Amino acid sequence: MNLWLVIVIGGLLTYALRLSFIVFFGQMAIPAWLQHSLRYVPPAVLSAIIFPELLLHSGAVDLSFDNTRLLAGLLAAVVAWRTRSALLTILSGMAALLLLQTLL
Amino acid sequence: MSDRVQEFWSGVKAELPLVIGVFPFGMIYGVLALEAGIPRSIAQAMSAIVFAGSSQFVTAQLVASTTPGLVIILTIAVVNLRHALYSASVAPHLQKLPQSWKGVLAYLLTDEAYAVTILHFDRETSRPAKHWFLLGAGLTLWSTWQISTAAGIFLGAVVPPAWSLDFTLALTFIALVAPALRDRPSVAAALSAGVIAVAAYNLPYKLGLLAAALIGVVVGLLLEKSR
Repeated sequence: MNLWLVIVIGGLLTYALRLSFIVFFGQMAIPAWLQHSLRYVPPAVLSAIIFPELLLHSGAVDLSFDNTRLLAGLLAAVVAWRTRSALLTILSGMAALLLLQTLL
Repeated sequence: MSDRVQEFWSGVKAELPLVIGVFPFGMIYGVLALEAGIPRSIAQAMSAIVFAGSSQFVTAQLVASTTPGLVIILTIAVVNLRHALYSASVAPHLQKLPQSWKGVLAYLLTDEAYAVTILHFDRETSRPAKHWFLLGAGLTLWSTWQISTAAGIFLGAVVPPAWSLDFTLALTFIALVAPALRDRPSVAAALSAGVIAVAAYNLPYKLGLLAAALIGVVVGLLLEKSR
């Protein structure tokens, strides 16, 4: 299949997913239970992206001290929790990773 | 300053720190897409048409391994299924807007724009101009993504892999998740989703991510009920 066609259809499907409930909810009342349960979407989705990035090393779980990404990620998590600053979190995590890679 | 302008700039300001994490990621995408044999024009257009980082990375990988087009399309859809959850989550806040606004804001509903916006929406539920915040955050991320893709495509691999710049994505999400951990149920939702995502990582089409997100939401709800 032509690659242009692939990304246009892929893009339209992505747009449809993003548009789905925004348009759909305009027409009908939102069930209270659904509205309430959606508050757990951000922590759940974001963690589901973060954990494999930190814990998996070439497909296997790596909990050792050699896992520099895990150590740097944990430090960044502490910074994020204490400062609530995205800038400090990204900078400190990156600095920690580069330092650990040099040392270990 | 009018309320709209103020909301717009608050959105831009909330998104700006994330630019430092997203920019390298966009560059890496540009480089990977070219390495996969995708022409520059299509690689750049994908950032505007699909506008969803993780699915663009997966697409580049699939193109490199000469996967059939239909499989690539399905994979893009499944990897981006979580955006339907975002859509449901912001929908009540955008309910009264005209269709044209909904159309534009839906296009800008990425991970990073959603994460800062939903915190703002939950705090400022009754502000009539609050959708301008999402517009500001969304356009900031959109510009960053287009420019960083171009930088990756045209400047190429000037950044050595040893710099591990791809790690900025994980760090961006760590910065985003911290303010979302408001109470014990949300912490439990985050931990359970994270563990499931690792355990189910090898499921095809990144389905593990979606399973993890749904289980995380259920765990949060159960813990809340048990109190």
